[in-house]
Amino acid sequence: MQTVADKKVCAALAQATFTAMQQAVIYLPPDVKRAISRAAADECDPVAQGEFVNILKNIREAERQGLPLCQDTGVPVVYLTLPMNIGFSESLYEAVREGIQKATREVPLRPNVVDPFTRKNSGDNTGEGMPAIHVTPGEQFTVTVLPKGAGAENVSRIVMLLPSEKDQIEKVVVETMLIAGGKPCPPVVLGVGIGGTFDGAAALAKESLLLPIDEMNAFEQQLCDAVNRLGIGPMGLGGGTTALAVKVKTAGCHTASLPVAVNVQCWACRRATVEVKI
Amino acid sequence: MTGPAVQLHTPLGDEVLSLHAGDHVELSGIVYTARDEAHLHMQETGIPFDPDGAVIYHCGPVVLGDRILAAGPTTSARLNNLSGFLLDKGVRALIGKGGMGSLVREQLKGRGIYLAFTGGCAALAASHMTLRGVHFAELGMAEAVWVIELDRLPLVVGIDAKGNDIFEAVKTKAARAFEQYTS
Repeated sequence: MQTVADKKVCAALAQATFTAMQQAVIYLPPDVKRAISRAAADECDPVAQGEFVNILKNIREAERQGLPLCQDTGVPVVYLTLPMNIGFSESLYEAVREGIQKATREVPLRPNVVDPFTRKNSGDNTGEGMPAIHVTPGEQFTVTVLPKGAGAENVSRIVMLLPSEKDQIEKVVVETMLIAGGKPCPPVVLGVGIGGTFDGAAALAKESLLLPIDEMNAFEQQLCDAVNRLGIGPMGLGGGTTALAVKVKTAGCHTASLPVAVNVQCWACRRATVEVKI
Repeated sequence: MTGPAVQLHTPLGDEVLSLHAGDHVELSGIVYTARDEAHLHMQETGIPFDPDGAVIYHCGPVVLGDRILAAGPTTSARLNNLSGFLLDKGVRALIGKGGMGSLVREQLKGRGIYLAFTGGCAALAASHMTLRGVHFAELGMAEAVWVIELDRLPLVVGIDAKGNDIFEAVKTKAARAFEQYTS
């Protein structure tokens, strides 16, 4: 039996999910805009410069009109942080689904979620296990959405290296981008998960895409420079900027394994976090 | 950027033959959207517009009423084996993202060009467009052939009519750069 308090919590969460999704598909986060502007200013290749002009104009046009940046508004990946006083139950998942359905109708979003075998479209961006919802404890009650387009997701990769092959991590990251070429709409952001388990490394790689991309540590910068030496450039048309940033998250792993996952994200590194206010 | 963009107006003619891969152009006039289903349908039932000098845009737009809300390019490589008949009938340019294979590069020689539009720039594209009509509406919004009038859409020549292909050159260069990890 749902209590009144539960109903209030769920209504607030559904609304916050809607707001986060609406913000994410229209407005790029400030750190992403900074990274794109910086890369545009540093780009020397004339064709690549033209691509950046279009990207920057597109960002402004989407904001001006309040319309999605890209017609592929992705599949919804959702991260919740729950403080102690919020009860964890199935109804929270239902509230997130409601928020996504409302966003699909009202933003509007392109309905992208289909059954994997029949390919039948649900029409509202929900389905079995979709939205993908990840819950962690936190101080604040927040919802973060990461709408994930298919072009970049399709060229993501996981490699189970041997423990003796840690000097191959850079090769795995660079090779992922070599295989991807222009398909994921570069300049990309690469989320890299190192360690954990097979599934854990992939989850870490995706979570890395939630980190601010206008700063990198020395290792991330090294990986980013290595990717950029490929010269794939914006849209695979050549240039100095293949990756805007590489972000890395790590976890402890089995002494006999070294999983490395690379989650590729197009230049439209869309994400938004909204506090759920009750 | 290299100088001002070359202005092109549809229907296109021999002016496309002198363009070079890497040239910036701005295209005005009518283009026709077509993805996989539209290409198959046109092969079976015929081309529903005059193909002479026409331009095909690889795009599945979001249309609301008589307004185009979002119209970024889709991946052109899916249409590698479906484009020859259009060029044979006089189509002069294909617009999309990611480039096309060696087959299309050969088919374009002496006839037409491939124009790249920036992936993800759906809002920018829509701001240069006016909807003029639709063919094959029964294929659904993403797969129908939409008749769209462009006003100076900013594009770059990805493959020219002499066989120069930026995408292929970049791929070759990237593979060479990667050799440091395999040698």
